[in-house]
Amino acid sequence: MQTEILLKTRGARSMGRMLLTACVIGWFLLLILFPVFGVVKEAFQGGIGAFVSNLKEASAVRSFLLTFWITLGTVVLNTVFGTILAVTLAKQRFRGKLIMEGLVDLPFAVSPVVAGFMFILLFGPNGWIGSWFEAGGIKIVYAFPGMLLATLFVTFPFVAREIIPVLKEFGLQQEEAAYVLGASRWQTFWKVTLPSIKWGLVYGITLTTARSIGEFGAVLVVSGSIINRTQTATLFIHQEFTDFNYSGAFSAAVVLALISFGILVFMQKVYGGKRRS
Amino acid sequence: MGIRVCGISKRFGDFLAVDDVSFEVKTGELIALLGPSGSGKSTILRIIAGLEVPDKGEIYLRKTQVTSLTTQKRRVGFVFQHYALFKHMTVEKNIAFGLEVRKADGSFIRKKVAELIDLVKLQGYEKHYPDQLSGGQRQRVALARALATEPAVLLLDEPFGALDAKVRGNLAQWLREFHNQLQITSIFVTHDQEEAIEIADKIVVINRGRVEQMGNAREVYENPDSKFVASFIGRVNVLDAVAGDGRVVIKDTPYAVGNPDAAAMKDGDVVLLIRPEDVGILSGPHPYAIPVEVRRIHYRGSHYEVDCLVGSAFLRLIQSKNGFDSLELSEGKKISLVFNSYRVFEAQEGHAEVRAKLKELGYIE
Repeated sequence: MQTEILLKTRGARSMGRMLLTACVIGWFLLLILFPVFGVVKEAFQGGIGAFVSNLKEASAVRSFLLTFWITLGTVVLNTVFGTILAVTLAKQRFRGKLIMEGLVDLPFAVSPVVAGFMFILLFGPNGWIGSWFEAGGIKIVYAFPGMLLATLFVTFPFVAREIIPVLKEFGLQQEEAAYVLGASRWQTFWKVTLPSIKWGLVYGITLTTARSIGEFGAVLVVSGSIINRTQTATLFIHQEFTDFNYSGAFSAAVVLALISFGILVFMQKVYGGKRRS
Repeated sequence: MGIRVCGISKRFGDFLAVDDVSFEVKTGELIALLGPSGSGKSTILRIIAGLEVPDKGEIYLRKTQVTSLTTQKRRVGFVFQHYALFKHMTVEKNIAFGLEVRKADGSFIRKKVAELIDLVKLQGYEKHYPDQLSGGQRQRVALARALATEPAVLLLDEPFGALDAKVRGNLAQWLREFHNQLQITSIFVTHDQEEAIEIADKIVVINRGRVEQMGNAREVYENPDSKFVASFIGRVNVLDAVAGDGRVVIKDTPYAVGNPDAAAMKDGDVVLLIRPEDVGILSGPHPYAIPVEVRRIHYRGSHYEVDCLVGSAFLRLIQSKNGFDSLELSEGKKISLVFNSYRVFEAQEGHAEVRAKLKELGYIE
């Protein structure tokens, strides 16, 4: 009797579980696997040779290079300034700190396209700051500096947002302990503070990288999407797509997706390592 | 002279945390800063270490004025309340930190760390991380880390505060022995009077940012200068009484208590503070006998505590097991008491406060 009831409930439970698993798999197929499959299939429509030659096209190579430089610049600058900002917000007390903490999130709230227009207003040939640079012969908007600025703006919150809570939880005591033991502020930052915010920082950098590679709206507005000159990988894909050159668009898309996937795997690995230690 | 604190004050916004505090610690002494939480004792310790800048006053360490020196240059050892060990470093690395940032020689560091590991009895734990240690072990790592740079003075902020009662007792004992062995000038902050009495050479009682009294444990316990000290150090009974005609009479009763120093006292309402162990049970007549009724008997393992009704107030006394058995005490029994020792304070100043404090601590009902 007892076992019979047990079996029954187990049967019922496993039915429910199977249904749930089926739903999850279905959802996953619909949202992730099918689209990815579609992109890959489209990219290889003309075989591997066509795929490779699509990527070897000069405008494709340039667009990927540009994405690389923008991402590198963004990650370096936002890591340094994001860390300084987070340390300031987490440790110092000053007037207007609350407002500043709120403003850190502004780029999350503003649409990237709007952000792009903001930069055109400010740095465009007739903008407040732009006209001044223009007089000195430096082009910001429709050029690399503008695209870097727009990407910096869009990814600005990631590093700071990831490490502020870690810093707050970390508190002051370990740093004070280091001071009492004779460590300078600089030594304390490198040997005590930085190792304890390491994981937050890695996460913030990863998000910044992923977003910089994938950014479209802000960069589109600011760059003017000039072929061979101000076209990043995402802009290139968009261009190819609107020109009905689907195989070119999807070939580049596959590469971009692979890079993003690589970043995700890296993150997983790092986080797995963190859990083990 | 090990440490001299001269007239330091510190204000946080509207709150005066430390108010004109001065005291001295002789070289090799272990003293306790004792006071309730929020009394400013930790702030005093942090000012000595240079983690806080005083608004006024001066600090001397080994005859050198250090008030304007940074924490890094004071060379003090500091053990934080929650240890503040570097979580991402092993025990070994934690202990070596102070020497490494001072660029000490590698082989010297290794030797020193091994020595300290032996001293705090953590052999075999060199490669462990703080998360893998018990509270007592972490405490010892914190101590070894503080001692690595051979500081002139050692400051400990509630060193046993985060430990459970049993580990705490053992560790307190261990710290005392440890101090006897090293003879390093030390100050520790505590709110636990038993801990202070047990291990300190001298106790500085702090209340509301001021020094209430200092002296060795016995002086502070037996001759408290103020009601606060009397009530904070040890357990105490509080009785309302009236002073007049050279006598002190317990309120609502006709009974006078013996008063060796009636002349020095002003007439009027007073408060008597009597320690439970200073209340004797009489078996014969006595000029200052106080008849009472036994109301409640508490068994405490090694002894009994007896609550008696005097007039309208309760009085607690302590009886050894043997004494208790020979007296055949029981609830409702009428007995006579005498106060072998007590202190009289004027009633006006802060009486209600003391009562509230005692109630909170569970000494009176």
